[in-house]
Amino acid sequence: MEIYISQFIGGLSVAMLLFLVASGLSLIFGVANIFNFAHGSFYLLGSYIAYQTISLFPNFWIGLITATIGAGLIGAILEFIFLKRLYGRVNEGPFQILLTYSFILILDDAVKFIWGPEYKTIVKPDILEGSFVIGSIFIPKYNVFIIIVGIAIALLAWYVLNKTKAGMIVRASSLDRTMVGLLGVNVSMVMTAVFGIATALGGLAGAMAAPLRTVTPGAGIEVIIDSLIVVVLGGLGNFWGALLGALIIGEVNAFGILWIPQWASLLSFAIMIIVLIFKPQGLFSKSR
Amino acid sequence: MMNNIKGQYIGWIVFFIVFMSLAFLNPTEHTINIASKILVMGLFATAFNLLFGTTGLLSFGHALFFGLGAYITGMVVKSYGAEVFIPMVFLGGIISAIVSILLGFLCLRLTGVYFTMLTLAFAQLVWGITIKWYNFTGGDDGIQGIERPPLFDTFSSYYILILIVVFISMLLIYIVRSSPFGMVLRGIGQNPKRITFLGMNVYRHCLFAYVISAFFSAIAGGLFAGIDGSIHPNLFFWTQSGGVILMTILGGLNSFFGPLIGATIFIILEDVVIRQTEYWSFVIGVIMLSAVIFLPKGVISLLDFIQRLRKT
Repeated sequence: MEIYISQFIGGLSVAMLLFLVASGLSLIFGVANIFNFAHGSFYLLGSYIAYQTISLFPNFWIGLITATIGAGLIGAILEFIFLKRLYGRVNEGPFQILLTYSFILILDDAVKFIWGPEYKTIVKPDILEGSFVIGSIFIPKYNVFIIIVGIAIALLAWYVLNKTKAGMIVRASSLDRTMVGLLGVNVSMVMTAVFGIATALGGLAGAMAAPLRTVTPGAGIEVIIDSLIVVVLGGLGNFWGALLGALIIGEVNAFGILWIPQWASLLSFAIMIIVLIFKPQGLFSKSR
Repeated sequence: MMNNIKGQYIGWIVFFIVFMSLAFLNPTEHTINIASKILVMGLFATAFNLLFGTTGLLSFGHALFFGLGAYITGMVVKSYGAEVFIPMVFLGGIISAIVSILLGFLCLRLTGVYFTMLTLAFAQLVWGITIKWYNFTGGDDGIQGIERPPLFDTFSSYYILILIVVFISMLLIYIVRSSPFGMVLRGIGQNPKRITFLGMNVYRHCLFAYVISAFFSAIAGGLFAGIDGSIHPNLFFWTQSGGVILMTILGGLNSFFGPLIGATIFIILEDVVIRQTEYWSFVIGVIMLSAVIFLPKGVISLLDFIQRLRKT
């Protein structure tokens, strides 16, 4: 029984990290209708920026903040320079995927070039070392921290999107860009800002995941495939769908490793295929 | 339009003469190796583009069919000897076509990004199985020492075999593309609703194109198994699907020979760049970025540009 509970908590923290990445991916798709294939690379950048900052200023929290801001800035700049040129082009969808695919190739190799191919580690801050002990169950403090941050971000995002003026503009832009533009909003800047915020979430997830997993140049690709599955499960562009999808994938992986260790990595794909067969637009879709 | 048709004939003649003459110029083994890979990847990209270039459906899982062709040929030849090589290439194509009917039933109900991601998921699933199922597929080690078919067992005679098969396959794809069926596919790319209103079934046409595309992708995969005599699960990996998409865009997705030209540029570049630097992905990423931004119609659009300059 204890093992199930600790496995469940572990799955929950993985789910929250996935949610941070996937919610960014979903936000970009929902608002700007961009499919950002390179989202995992911003996660990767987040890990490395945090690593670099912490090796200069040995403070975990500064690393977390610079990773978030750094990934967000790079994302906003890339959107501003490159992605903007594709809006409204024939075959826009495939070209977006290709452009962001080229971002993956460039960013992942740039990371390898700057920081080298070997493993890097980030140490947890002292305050989050150790575990909470309840009876015979050990719950790592760091996992609890990740879960709390994940929930906090979800609540904050819900509040901003639904209760503030900025959120209203973002939601309106996702419905009708031209109309919002006519009302005097600089839609182009809204797109850049949304892209930046979304990639910042990816960077934050990367920095938070770094103490749990080792930091390697290949991490971005693993994450993007997992978070793709998450958003497709929940329905692209659906914020709460991303949360549900992340919970499913996080827990399935956590328990899959217990029961069928060798095939656990294939379970996510199997689930995605099953869901798409029965609900092609994701679990949270209304029609079909 | 007339000019266009004449251009296509010239394309076929140039294609055949360039690759045929290579065999008689007493080339090195390395040159033939590169040329073989260009032909095989060119066929793969042309087959891929039968779906993407016409209907606009972007499959990110075509490596599945390529890998399937390579593994069927490789595994059977390894167990039963080189005599079965050529039949296995075709059997690989047929099995791949059957698999693609099943996948098409599921994937083609979706469009846009969802189609792209589901095809990616299936290919990754097969990649995962190939790596994990060590006893059957050889896992991460891949399969080495695949013999070439008798009569075509030297690198140069095998090149001739590849040239013949690729030439015939591309001719068949060309016939499909310029048939009324191909016209309908192009119509689907421009306006699927209109095709439905004309009384034609969009789904069935896409499925048929998907199956033909899978068949020829597997033929290319089967031929690939004999070039180096070794195959690896990475033939199924998503970077393989990404590579073939890049070749297509680079060459030009709207023209028939675009993918072949893209494959030529890609493979020669790869050969040159990999000897200079280990950051091959970075270079290819920059090329791809520039192609998407500046040359969305591919290198082949430069030819039109030159033609227009000459006329004025």
